[in-house]
Amino acid sequence: MDSTSSVIRFVVIMTAGVALTLALLSTSWGGQIKANEAIFNKRAILGAVSDYLTQDPKLMADGEIEALFASKVEQIALDMSGAVLTKDDIVNSGYKGGKPENIDLAKEKKKPEDERIFPLYVFNGEKGKSFILSVRGNGLWDEIWGNIALKDDLTTIAGATFDHKGETPGLGAEIKDNPTFPSRFKGKKIFNDAGVYTSVEVRKIGGTAGNPYAVDGISGATVTADGVTEMLERGIKYYLPYLNKQAGAKKTKG
Amino acid sequence: MAETTATPEVTVKEKEPLFGKAEKKLLLDPLGDTNPITIQVLGICSALAVTSLVYPSVVMAIAVVFVCGFSSLFTSLVRNKIPKQVRMIVQLVIIATLVTIVELTLKRFNYPIYKQLSVYIGLIITNCIVMGRLEAYAMANRPWRAFVDGLGNGVGYGVILIIVAVIREIFGKGTLFAGSPIQINIIGASNNEVGYLINTAAESGIGSLFAGYTNNNLMVLPAAAMFIIGVLIWIQRSYRPTLVDVS
Repeated sequence: MDSTSSVIRFVVIMTAGVALTLALLSTSWGGQIKANEAIFNKRAILGAVSDYLTQDPKLMADGEIEALFASKVEQIALDMSGAVLTKDDIVNSGYKGGKPENIDLAKEKKKPEDERIFPLYVFNGEKGKSFILSVRGNGLWDEIWGNIALKDDLTTIAGATFDHKGETPGLGAEIKDNPTFPSRFKGKKIFNDAGVYTSVEVRKIGGTAGNPYAVDGISGATVTADGVTEMLERGIKYYLPYLNKQAGAKKTKG
Repeated sequence: MAETTATPEVTVKEKEPLFGKAEKKLLLDPLGDTNPITIQVLGICSALAVTSLVYPSVVMAIAVVFVCGFSSLFTSLVRNKIPKQVRMIVQLVIIATLVTIVELTLKRFNYPIYKQLSVYIGLIITNCIVMGRLEAYAMANRPWRAFVDGLGNGVGYGVILIIVAVIREIFGKGTLFAGSPIQINIIGASNNEVGYLINTAAESGIGSLFAGYTNNNLMVLPAAAMFIIGVLIWIQRSYRPTLVDVS
């Protein structure tokens, strides 16, 4: 048996050494890791509008993603009433950079509903304009999130990307890993012909062919699919005040 | 106890070659006769969880080889200094540090893979093989041998992981290396977006022989990994009856 003081000495020295090593590594790589994360998110946002691009964002280099995002995407931040927020508003909500892309929906999800803010990305490409909404909800094990691109008519979905924190690989994780899942949302509509908000439902049982408000689910991933349905229903609803304003403005113009 | 750890007896002599017979045995035995999964039945938890796809399994295997090798090395280096009362906590700190380094390295150099594997990398800390080797071997042997022993056990684990993942992915999803740049689509009904080597929707050729084939959803579930590992254990013990427990 070692004496208590020698045990404590060993533990203190070891912990200090380990903590120092990891802290050094973490701080020296921190900047690059943050940059990687930002590019990862931008790639996902651009992935929702891949139909408007000449090249699949998955295959683009990091630099290309940055350049494309900077030149073609206009980012705005909205509050629950659909009002466009200024840089100061975003900073006051707790995001240092003041850019809409800094908004962390995971943090927003914890705030009371009427205090939440969220980003909207307007993509202006040669092939047209698209509005990209960011949504976040819960899957089976942890959070899921996604980007939904709407066509210029503000009704039809042009594309979608999904991601998750810890869904089961091969089942719930298919919302991200299986490219056919997000592509099922293309052409679906979030308003019915009367202009009432319907969102898009992920269905366990088929019968979605020709139905513009539903897509096929993934077998074995019912809870994740229900999470996607709930996330879309609630997440897109937050943008409705703004979308209605835009649609109204368009009507009066036309 | 089902989890028996076999400790190879190694006699230490002076002036041995750096990579002699003993080292070779340490490196290769875990691939067969002392395999951590099929013989010692360790590390089953992560073997069931991560093996639904090959690509994450390969990265997981590499990470475990790294963590297992270096945690054995570091533990062996300080083995005479570690106070007996806290030795398991010390081992845990060494393992956790290495796992955090793996995680940071992936974040820094390949963020997409980190995102795909974030859950599994953390799981390495709970992998019984790593701590099993520290307790059974590294605490009592010299650093170089402990390192080789750690590497060997990591590889022995990784090989089984990849075998199971290949079977599960082909029959569960009809693909190989899905999610990686070298994804191969093996079998499935082709639509416009994806091409398969065996297209079950084809009118003629090899694909038409497989008309009506669907992927086996059981293979995607962890239960399938248990069956496959069970069969692997059965095959291995049929070939080497000496491995069968008499009890």
